[in-house]
Amino acid sequence: MAIPILKQGPWLIASIQSALSDSEILELRDDLADMVGRRRARGIVLDVAGIDVIDSFVARSLRTIAMTTRLRGAETVIVGIQPEVAVAMVQFQLDLEPLHTALDLEEGLEVLKSRVTNGARADGR
Amino acid sequence: MDGDVLVTIENDVDLVRARAEARAVAERLGFSRMDGTLIATAVSELGRNIVVHVGAGEIVVRPAREDDRCGVIVIARDSGPGIRDVDAALRDGYATGNGLGLGLPGARRIMDEFEIESGNGSGTTIKAAKWRIRDELERLRERR
Repeated sequence: MAIPILKQGPWLIASIQSALSDSEILELRDDLADMVGRRRARGIVLDVAGIDVIDSFVARSLRTIAMTTRLRGAETVIVGIQPEVAVAMVQFQLDLEPLHTALDLEEGLEVLKSRVTNGARADGR
Repeated sequence: MDGDVLVTIENDVDLVRARAEARAVAERLGFSRMDGTLIATAVSELGRNIVVHVGAGEIVVRPAREDDRCGVIVIARDSGPGIRDVDAALRDGYATGNGLGLGLPGARRIMDEFEIESGNGSGTTIKAAKWRIRDELERLRERR
């Protein structure tokens, strides 16, 4: 089951609606890295509201997604972390540094807009 | 009434099922959604440990009902070579696979009990439990 990735202006939006297996999240990483180039995206909002747990593997994968796509020229914002998932991550002592997070899709898009247009990029594009 | 749930762990898709089963058992025992997520996260780490280091094993989710408390006991078993240095495996940042070494220490932090039996070529068994105190009111209601 591939995660659908939508394009909205310069942004890509990927929304995880159900529990994910490890291979599905790796597939998403590869799809996003590929789409950033093909669709010339400047930012990604990754909505993880449907994810059942964020354990060490998922946390690492989210970081990898952000770092991979940054190398391809796009910023990533993670949105939709559920309250109980957030508490579990704190108890687990997992964090998503250096990832950007926001409450929901709307906020995520705002974060991207201010980061990408307010000179967060050094190359002036 | 309800007994052990056994999930055979052979690949990453089995982990998804193990997490869902653990969450369902926790819910039946009256654990909060929050605790259900904590237990599911620990199950995920224990299961992944099996997939990454051994390739196959099983996870048993055992409901425990006692008079003053109830619990979810998670038993992860494999017949692999065992963990060479159990103390090290429980330290943050001790990674042998491609992980960050946060899995087992993290799982131990979120469970109330956590023990590892490993070595002598007899595989590894990790037993972890999370408990919920049952108050007077809950016990009274049940007796009626």
